[in-house]
Amino acid sequence: MSAVVDEHDHHADDHHDHGPEKGLLRWITTTNHKDIGTLYLLFALVMFFVGGSMAMVIRAELFEPGLQFVDPAFFNSMTTMHALVMVFGAVMPAFVGLANWQIPLMIGAADMALPRMNNMSFWMLVAGVLLLASTLFMEGGAPNGGWTLYPPLVLQPITVGKALPFAVFSVHLLGISSIMGAINIIATIFNMRAPAMKMMDMPLFVWTWLITAFLLIAVMPVFAGAVTMLLTDKFFHTSFFNAAGGGDPVLYQHIFWFFGHPEVYIMILPTFGVASTIIPVFARKPLFGYASMVWATASIAFLSFIVWAHHMFTVGMPVAGELYFMYATMIIAVPTGVKVFNWTATMWKGAMTFETPMLFSIAFVVLFTMGGFTGLMMAIAPADFQYHDTYFIVAHFHYTLVPASIFILMAAGYFWLPKWTGHMYNEKVGQLHFWLSAISVNILFFPQHFLGLAGMPRRIPDYAVQFADWNMISSIGGFIFGASQLLFLYIVIDTIRGGTGEKVSDEVWEDASKHGLEWTLPSPVPYHTWTIPPTSVPTEHVLDSH
Amino acid sequence: MTGNAAKKNLRLARTLFLVAVAMFGFGYALVPIYDVLCEWKWIERDRPDDIKKVPETAYKVDVSRGITIEFMTTLNGSTPMEFKAEKKQLKVHPGEYYTVNFYAENKTDKDMLARAIASFSPAVISSYFEKVECFCFSEQTFKPREKKIMPMRFVINPEIPEQYKTITLSYTFFDNTENLVKK
Repeated sequence: MSAVVDEHDHHADDHHDHGPEKGLLRWITTTNHKDIGTLYLLFALVMFFVGGSMAMVIRAELFEPGLQFVDPAFFNSMTTMHALVMVFGAVMPAFVGLANWQIPLMIGAADMALPRMNNMSFWMLVAGVLLLASTLFMEGGAPNGGWTLYPPLVLQPITVGKALPFAVFSVHLLGISSIMGAINIIATIFNMRAPAMKMMDMPLFVWTWLITAFLLIAVMPVFAGAVTMLLTDKFFHTSFFNAAGGGDPVLYQHIFWFFGHPEVYIMILPTFGVASTIIPVFARKPLFGYASMVWATASIAFLSFIVWAHHMFTVGMPVAGELYFMYATMIIAVPTGVKVFNWTATMWKGAMTFETPMLFSIAFVVLFTMGGFTGLMMAIAPADFQYHDTYFIVAHFHYTLVPASIFILMAAGYFWLPKWTGHMYNEKVGQLHFWLSAISVNILFFPQHFLGLAGMPRRIPDYAVQFADWNMISSIGGFIFGASQLLFLYIVIDTIRGGTGEKVSDEVWEDASKHGLEWTLPSPVPYHTWTIPPTSVPTEHVLDSH
Repeated sequence: MTGNAAKKNLRLARTLFLVAVAMFGFGYALVPIYDVLCEWKWIERDRPDDIKKVPETAYKVDVSRGITIEFMTTLNGSTPMEFKAEKKQLKVHPGEYYTVNFYAENKTDKDMLARAIASFSPAVISSYFEKVECFCFSEQTFKPREKKIMPMRFVINPEIPEQYKTITLSYTFFDNTENLVKK
């Protein structure tokens, strides 16, 4: 099989038969979608540990009431930077990395549509994150007014030090990087698809990324505009948000969340796509309700634009506004529910096996649903006055990000690493990693619901003694969760270097080739693939759309 | 990739890039859109700039109703001023004119430019609270250590719905001296 495909490569395109360049320069100048995908994924992995270390500082400080290890300003820097690093440095780049690796393989394209721009968006991401990280070493420290950068707090000298302009320019770079990535993904999906693949034949991962890319193009520029207004308010005496000059700080919240709400779906829609790819393979059934999955994704994306003010129920909105945003938010539960039921129905009466990627995916379905339910609780405007800015919201969004997005990124790693490297990962260590993560993530975040309902505010380094017990339990869960992720690091390195030594077959997982084009390629995937587009595509996933 | 496909990709990329640029503009367009939406009757979010001077008109005084007005005075951040109202609260009848004095003092040895921003609770009554004279209409300049007595003359429009019995009016003084230096 492998030999045949290699021959195809040689005959198809005579100036295309070289492998990767030698040496370090390969990684800097590469325009190969697989190389760039690898760069994105490794960068995201590094940032996952950087952001994770910040979380460890936070949990260590909150282990007991009182101030133990860090001063409050640094603590606030940690909460701010943890969020920014995890959102813009870890989760988003990881999904762009998966998109780079998988979309061309899944749609039968030779590479991304705009390979040079692809290289540029990666290195711009690195520049943006380095610029952000540099603020940690500045006089006055890193930004510490919260990742939402709300004025007037963020404009006050005591909270910004010298960091604000650097944080703003970092957001500009990260924004341009993700917009270029999104443009590339859209162009690839629209123009580079194998002629045999119709839109409604596309794997769900490709569909969800297509919709996510449109969200990115629509909202990243708005965020860039909002932070630019902060910058001019601070240094050029404009008064967008400055009440003394006739501005309104609440306006910032509206603009920010017009970006911010679609942003949270930018992090979860590709998650849905990966889950919809993995679950059918291990349930050995076609995905239940393919068409409804596509429409649910599109509906969620549309609704994300018209619900933003549910993040700010307490700013003093008129009742009409509260009611509108409350009901609009609740409607999102409908398409999301469609998805959860479809995943469950896919597993129903399936011949299921429980390899590590499947375990992470099942945990995702269960735990993400819990995060969704707490979201519904907070959608109720009058109740939200109680939950607002407490640990309840912290528990909510961590349930939708950690055991959802992060778990699915882990699942994707276990699922595709054997395909990419040609080596099998160590299943025993994988299972250990899963169980440790799944148990500790609940010890870490579940008690935060109780803390929030009891009234513990977020973003504080010290707290009343009544919150001591649950905080200690949460911190213990946090330390176990943090340490467990070192197992993942070990597995990734080990698998790249040979894994169990077992040679994996081309389809890696039983009958996977029925579920996606990538499994019909040899393992490891050659440096150049689909120089001749496939003539037929698996349509297993559309079969069940009755 | 054939030249044709490359051209197609570039064309699509250019279109999408223009969409991104347009969305950057849309972010800025949200500023005037916000101002317009705040004027809508059912939103009624008062903007600091909206506190306009109203000519004194004779209303029929409604002595059957009494509304308590509470006055709050705040200094933004570390604004070096003294600022207080003559009384903490005042019982008023809709339609009758009242004058309340506010006291402000510049605590520095330099000239000072400061601006008072008003805020109402509940916010929706702001359009019934009509001021004919107020220090909040414009920026105030203070000489070094200057003390000022600043009268605020107002009337509650008798059309105010029955349900409002207490209104809190809060003023915050912002130090704009930096702008004075610029001028």
